Formats: sequence, structure tokens, C-alpha cells
Amino acid sequence: MLDQFFIIDFPALVIVTLASVLCALLGSFLVLTKQAVMIDAISHSVLPGIVAGVLLSGSFSILYVMAGALISALIAVLLVYVFQHWGKIEQGAAIGAVFTAMFAFGVLLLETQVGSRIHLDTQHVLYGALELTYWANPFEWSSMPTQIKTLAVLLIITVVFLLAFFKELRLTTFDPTYARIMGYRTYLFQIILLVLIALVAVGCFEATGSILVIALFICPAAAARMLCDQMSSQLLLSTLIAVFCAVMGYLSSALLPLWLGFDMTVNSASVIALFSGICLIISIIGSPKYGIFAK
Amino acid sequence: MSMDNAIAPLSVKNLSCRYARQDNYALRDISFIAKAGTITGVLGPNGAGKSTFLKSILNLLPHEGSVKFFDSTLAKNRQKIAYIPQRSSVDWDFPVSALDVCLMGLYPRIGWLRRISRVHKEEAMHYLEQVKLQDFAHRQIGALSGGQQQRVFMARALAQQAELFLLDEPMAGVDQKTQTLLFDLFSDLKQQGKTMLIIHHNLQAASAHFDHILLLNQTLVAQGTPEQALSEDAISRAYSPIEA
Repeated sequence: MLDQFFIIDFPALVIVTLASVLCALLGSFLVLTKQAVMIDAISHSVLPGIVAGVLLSGSFSILYVMAGALISALIAVLLVYVFQHWGKIEQGAAIGAVFTAMFAFGVLLLETQVGSRIHLDTQHVLYGALELTYWANPFEWSSMPTQIKTLAVLLIITVVFLLAFFKELRLTTFDPTYARIMGYRTYLFQIILLVLIALVAVGCFEATGSILVIALFICPAAAARMLCDQMSSQLLLSTLIAVFCAVMGYLSSALLPLWLGFDMTVNSASVIALFSGICLIISIIGSPKYGIFAK
Repeated sequence: MSMDNAIAPLSVKNLSCRYARQDNYALRDISFIAKAGTITGVLGPNGAGKSTFLKSILNLLPHEGSVKFFDSTLAKNRQKIAYIPQRSSVDWDFPVSALDVCLMGLYPRIGWLRRISRVHKEEAMHYLEQVKLQDFAHRQIGALSGGQQQRVFMARALAQQAELFLLDEPMAGVDQKTQTLLFDLFSDLKQQGKTMLIIHHNLQAASAHFDHILLLNQTLVAQGTPEQALSEDAISRAYSPIEA
């Protein structure tokens, strides 16, 4: 029983925790700049890139997949820009058109090209495949799942970036016009954030799937928005909420049913997303300052 | 050219600005010089292009013509130039306090990769005191009144130690008490030799507070002292509908 926990549940918990911290930190910036819909766009439009990476490398090689995903995310951002500026349609419509088309292209690519040669199916893409991870020996670095390594590296990069440029990020997200006049390259910060978001969306891909990752990006950050007035507390609180949802979500999906005597488990990503949604609803209703019942 | 030899903080020559992807101009052929230690009022009807004018000066919009700051470029004088946006363009829900916003004026001096220290906070508090907001330093900006919000941005401009202040409708939605406080602050700054360019909507108040007036309606209808620029004739030309 304990062995099984260390081999299967422990790595899964590490993965969802890392993923949730990353999503909450970067999601906060999306929510603060009112660009939450971007994560919808990015998480969907990375799919053709992921499939291309898998096809090129012949396996789920993280470097190929990341590179592919990044390229398709950037193509998506570029297409949104083109649609918006030359197609005379508003940003929301441009995003909607681009991400659905790219996702559809990814699904087609997946079904026709990948087939059964490599383990990557539509369900995996949609809901994640946390139950497929295992760590043969958690006391041995060499057998550490690639996902954990990937997410840990992304977390270090993200945290260092946020700590190093915290005040500049606060300035450029709060008042980009002023920042531009002061000579800050606001677009550079936007691009770095976008690249990090695209990488994290792919890094979380196996843990949560491309759809449910959206919940982790948005819900904890939006819930924290209801509860605090400082940017630093926004980042800390959204992280705490996200970790809570991830851990509770995993435990109640993977372990609770077994403890209750059922001979089955349910999809973890869905339960985590559900928990995040519930946290958001609670904070909207119960926030002492901004909630429905606040004065 | 200016009469005295002091370098003009702002000189604009033949500035024009087109609407995006259109042939007609939002602003056409505007030239003027703001002398050091003066307050210039930018007046004109709604849609006259007053905000467009300010944004073109600051290179936030594409434009034709030349704009010089302190006889040089914007890039070389960024710290000396403070822009105070229209209230409606600010995200008042953003999780920042009055002190946080004021501190932003110090960022260029704090520098990259350096944290905000207690000394910086004390300095920012000093500027908040100048606009009488010291008691509201830790309040989230959305929880301040319209006048207080305007003063927060004024404090940020002070923190920046700017020489040239460009203000987009600072008196819009501001109570009488704050208007007086702001105009007093402007005349203090003027005494210190600072220069201000202020978009304003109230023609009546203009003569008392401004040294120089630009009366805009897509073109420069009139400019000069309040008496010169606000003649009945000029006002009726500025406020009558423009023929296409």
C-alpha cells in the first residue's frame, strides 16, 4: 500500500503541485491584464505543435514537443494579430477563430498521422494522463519522471523571472502607457510572459490535458483577485489556492474512491478543475471586501 | 522661437496625426512652444483631438511633424517628462496602493534588479504628503475618491522629479476642493520652474490658471495668452461644427 503510494501517487502529487503553482503565478498576470482568454487560445493552439514534435521525434520527447508547442503558440499569437489588424475583426473573435482552427488541425494530425504508433490519443490530450505516471523509486533521481523535471525547471525559471522583475512587471501590467513613456520595453515583458505561459501549458499537458489546464490558470488567480489588494499577496494567495485544489483534487479522485470501497478512480484533472471552480465560487460569494455579501 | 534664451521644454512643429487606415486627419499642422515655467492649457470641444495631441507628442500614436523635448529627443529626456493619463484609462481594480503607484515614479532611479527599500518608501511618502495623501498611502487606488486618484498620479509625477508635466483632463470628475488643491500645486510647481501642459474642459476657469492657451479643433484655432486665444471669435470658430 505504502509502496504503491510512493510509486504512483507521490509523483502524481508532485506533478499537480508544481503545475498548480506555475499556473497560478502566470495565470495571475493573465487575470490582472484582463487577458484570461489568451490561455484558452494558447492551450488549444499548441496541439498541432505537440503532435508535430511527437511525429518528428518518434516519441513524446519533451524537447521536441516543447519546441513544437512554442512555435505553434507563437504562430497563433501572430495569426490573432493578423486577423485583428488586417481582417478587421475584434480580438475576441480573432482568438476564437484561430484557436479552434489550430486545435482542429491538431486533432486531425493526431488521428491521421500518429495513429497507434505512439501513445498519444485524443483523450490524453483533453483530460491529461496523470494515471500513467509512475516513479519506480522516488529515492532515486535517475528514475524521476521527465514531467517532474520539466515542471521543476519551468518553476525555477518563472520564480526567478518574477522575483527579479517584480516591480517592472507591476509597472508594465498596471500602466503600460506610462511604462512605455518611461522607456520600458513593455512588449518584451508581454512576450516573455506569453512564452512562459505557452511552455507551462505544455509542461502541464500530461498532468491536466490541454482543456483543464485553463481552470488552473484562471480560477485560483481569479479567486485570489477577490480576496486581496496587493500584487504580492495576489501571487501568494493564488498559489496557495491552486496547490490546495491540486492536492485535494488529486486525493479525492485517485485515493478517496478506493478508501470508500469503490473499485475505481475518476479522472484527476477533472476533479482538480472542479475544485478550482468551487474555490472561485466561494470567493465570489464570501469575499469579505468584494463578495456578493460585502458591504 | 521663444523670446528668451532658455531651452524650451517642449517644441512642436507642424504636428499632424491621421486616423488609423484613413486619409483624413485627426490633427493637422500644429506648432507651438511651451516655455519653461509656464502652464499651457489645451482647450477645445469634445472630439477636437486634445488627447490625440498629447499622445502624438509622447509618440504613443503615429504622427507627422517634429516634437522636441528640451531641444532633444523624447528618448533622452524620459525621466524629465511625466504623463498623467485620463482617469478612464486607468484600471482602478488593479491590486496596487497609492504608495505603490507613487513608488513607480522612482523605479528608473531604483534601477533594474534592485528591490524597493525603506528609503524609497519614505521618499514616496514625502511626495504623497505634498498632495495631502499621506493618510491614504496604503489604500487600494480604487477605494480612493476621484480627486484623490488624480493626486496619486500627480504624486508619481513628483516622485519622478519631472520637469515637464503633461496632464490629460486632470480636473474631470474632481470635486471643487481638489481642483483648488491641484491648481495650487500647479502654481507651486510653476514657481519652481516646472512646465505644464494641461488638457482642460472649462473655458471660464482658463484665464485664471493658464499662461498660454491652445484652442484646438483638429487644427490650432488660436493660441496665445488667454485674452488673445479666447476671443469670442476664436471660441465660436473652435466650437462650431467643422465642414467635412
